[in-house]
Amino acid sequence: MTVGVVRFPGSCDETDAVLAAARVGDARLLWHADPDLHGVDAVVIPGGFSYGDYLRVGAIARFAPVMESVARFAGGGGLVLGICNGFQVLCEAGLLPGALLPNAGLRFVCRQVDVEVVNTGTPFTGACARGDVLSIPVKHTTGRFHAPDGVLERLEAHDQIVLRYAPGCNPNGSERDIAGVMNEAGNVVGLMPHPEHAVDALTGSADGLALFESMRDHVARAVAA
Amino acid sequence: MTVTADQPGVDEARALGLTDAEYGLIVEKLGRAPNQVELAMFSLLWSEHCSYKHSRKLLGTLPTEGPRVVMGPGENAGAVDVGDGLAVAFKVESHNHPSAVEPFQGAATGVGGILRDIFAIGARPIAVLDSLRFGEPNSPRSRYLLDRAVAGIGHYGNSIGVPTVGGEVYFEAPYETNCLVNAMALGIGEQSKLVRSAAAGIGNVVVLFGASTGRDGIGGASVLASAELGADEDKRPTVQVGDPFEEKKLLECSLELLDRGLLVSLQDLGAAGLTSSAAEMASGGGVGMDIDVALVPLREAAMEPFEIMVSESQERMLCVCEPDRLADVIAVTDTWEVHGTAIGTVTDSGHMRIYRGDELVGDMPVAALVDDCPLYDLEPAAPSEPLYDPPVATLAPGAGLRGSLLALLCAPNIASRRPLFEQYDCLVQSRTARRPEQADAAVLVLDPSQDSDAPRRAIAVTIDGSGRRVAADPYRGAIEAVLECASNLACVGAEPLGTTNCLNFGNPEKPHIAWQLTEAVRGIGDACRALEAPIVGGNVSLYNEGTTGPIYPTPVIGMVGELPDAARAGGLGFARAGAAVAIAGEFAPWLPGGELAKLRGEVLPDGLPGVDLGQIRAAQGAIRAAVRAGELSSAHDIAEGGFLVAVAESCLAGGLGATLDLGPSDDPAKHLFGEGPGGFVVSGPRAALEALAQRTPLDIFGTVGGDALEVTIAGERFAATLDELRTAHGALGPLFP
Repeated sequence: MTVGVVRFPGSCDETDAVLAAARVGDARLLWHADPDLHGVDAVVIPGGFSYGDYLRVGAIARFAPVMESVARFAGGGGLVLGICNGFQVLCEAGLLPGALLPNAGLRFVCRQVDVEVVNTGTPFTGACARGDVLSIPVKHTTGRFHAPDGVLERLEAHDQIVLRYAPGCNPNGSERDIAGVMNEAGNVVGLMPHPEHAVDALTGSADGLALFESMRDHVARAVAA
Repeated sequence: MTVTADQPGVDEARALGLTDAEYGLIVEKLGRAPNQVELAMFSLLWSEHCSYKHSRKLLGTLPTEGPRVVMGPGENAGAVDVGDGLAVAFKVESHNHPSAVEPFQGAATGVGGILRDIFAIGARPIAVLDSLRFGEPNSPRSRYLLDRAVAGIGHYGNSIGVPTVGGEVYFEAPYETNCLVNAMALGIGEQSKLVRSAAAGIGNVVVLFGASTGRDGIGGASVLASAELGADEDKRPTVQVGDPFEEKKLLECSLELLDRGLLVSLQDLGAAGLTSSAAEMASGGGVGMDIDVALVPLREAAMEPFEIMVSESQERMLCVCEPDRLADVIAVTDTWEVHGTAIGTVTDSGHMRIYRGDELVGDMPVAALVDDCPLYDLEPAAPSEPLYDPPVATLAPGAGLRGSLLALLCAPNIASRRPLFEQYDCLVQSRTARRPEQADAAVLVLDPSQDSDAPRRAIAVTIDGSGRRVAADPYRGAIEAVLECASNLACVGAEPLGTTNCLNFGNPEKPHIAWQLTEAVRGIGDACRALEAPIVGGNVSLYNEGTTGPIYPTPVIGMVGELPDAARAGGLGFARAGAAVAIAGEFAPWLPGGELAKLRGEVLPDGLPGVDLGQIRAAQGAIRAAVRAGELSSAHDIAEGGFLVAVAESCLAGGLGATLDLGPSDDPAKHLFGEGPGGFVVSGPRAALEALAQRTPLDIFGTVGGDALEVTIAGERFAATLDELRTAHGALGPLFP
């Protein structure tokens, strides 16, 4: 598996995402101005502040040349994982439902939190068991997941909620403790927690590795099929 | 060609902060009166902030050499050898006066400035730490400054992808009208690729890249940084506005330019903007430089040449390249959208010549600008009476031992910093093996891509400096600050490699301030020599006097060490029920000048007890060796609040209680809460502690376990549950609703 990690000017966690993906496969950077995805098997939109995010978070990045290709890739069933700013970008691009609003506390928060795996039927959580609690850090100012009630009901009904903050761990006031969602097709997932910062017990936790292993296994199965 | 002549006189020179004698010297060096451009440039380069004219002689007494020093003072940042061909660059710098005027941007641009210093030498920034001083948090002004400064630091560091891994904050009344915001940054790079700032190669091209130049920050170095702060707020326009996104692009662009070997030299634009960058580059290389201000990209129309030369607009870099590399350099700056522009040429004239198109608007010998600023001898005199009012008492006289413990834990100088550091990304770059409140120093692995069981080589970093202790005894207080850093490093298993300092003092032209400064520098020098932790760089911030008098003299010390395996890095939290608890090291508790004395409203003592630097170094070595060997379950240095506060912090960090029996005592408060350097709280298997006792003084006092801290001393028994301790320690939370 080769994972492509998009690099916008202002991305911060792209190198971490490459390091994390490299633990389970190959990884390379994709430049924002280059629409060529270079044949990667999966795309990660990493954390950071794309183009400075001085407008609304993710609002400019969705117009990047590389994002047109990512949208086509996703439309064809390709695996796309958005982390933090990447989640915000995917929401802005209409590839994921809902929106990320400023944290209820209105401050940046960097904290190790427990998140519960709600849906194990995704390409990103197949290596987990339902109810697994993962210790993964969050770090953001704009991470409060919001969607209209009707959309939230639909997300629940279609099992599109992938991760929830464990009781007492919601760091930002997200509705229904939602930490990560997927699109209806199940191939695009957005997370506010940073699994790429939880791949080594020495730096805090290795629980996030399960998401990258899930991607690898899914790609391997797809190739075998 | 003649130089454009407009004739500012000595009055203008005074308004820019020059003395009459300095103005006279400039006239002598030029052989004529300076015009407006020249006077502006001289006034900045001859300001305290740029010339160190009151401190340079003192700084020359500091130890700066050692086998691991790769780059010492004089460059944008110092650097030490960490093996495998790698160097770690680091430096601490102040941004005090801008932060006192506009805390968010002042603190943010402080971080931006220190990061530029790091990548200017070709090192990738890997960590930021900050050192903050405010008035007491019961003052609305202090709470405002704290809140906005923390937000500003977070805004910049978080946005640029450099983790903020540590720091410290003290609240003391003397900082009420003159807060301190010091930022330290570390970077890593290949030793062979580090660059110096000296320009070289006659005919080479000078390229400016980054943000465009505006009128922001004009005169910051002379007007803000080199004079006392008055009550007026008219100085707000001299504070710059930071743009971390621009700096992120600048960082990546600079490192790519260096990595591809396209540059001869590189320098950031900081205080005094283009003036100091160009002059220092030229001076370092012994060359001249021609600059055409008409080529500088501007964000405001009709800027005067002097404004362009002294603007402190942020996020700009200056580099020198060979003419046939210019196209490649511009291509890289275009990729990163930081529009590089050739604005000048390296010459053999020995002069800094400023042009506006064809018009010569300034012409000065580089040596006069950079080297000929007069250096002043300080006239130190110890004060005959106390300089500082006693702190306001906040602890009732009858408070018992338990009451004192809980009061100390919720004291602003001791309470948990979690509400602050949770606003900082401490994780990005995947190096952080010890985060804030996990250990006494941050631990960063050198190679985050290593994916094997081999030892994870790492560095550790810490920053410290208690102004109150230095106010009580400038010499010994400064020694304590250096020792504190080395003790922090020892607790994670790290050995010091090098030190940086930021000297925050009042007006050095006053004899008692000169005395504080002289004594503190002597203390830092003696301690760094004893520890073999040379000073590789730093910064001086003088004139820190608000409307209520001078700040506490505050030398802030940053220290970097190395450890062979981050997997064995020590932690401060008790980790194992049943482990023995001991006090270790060379510790002589003393109450005066400590945190309990402050809560009691006691006047500062006139002097602190002396220490044996050799013995304390040996104790630190013993702790370090035990941590590295994996023999200890926890190690925590005894600092503010003394032994029992350190134990309580170990309980809270580990979520485990402890039972202590300290036996007889003629002064329980002194033994429990007295302060001083060289002491540690350690826990571990009894046999391991007994082995450690062979190498350093050590007394086993109790056992880890339970959900309360229970203490028996001199026949008195008291206890506090972990919840009670946690509630007290969380006292800063309400400051960040």
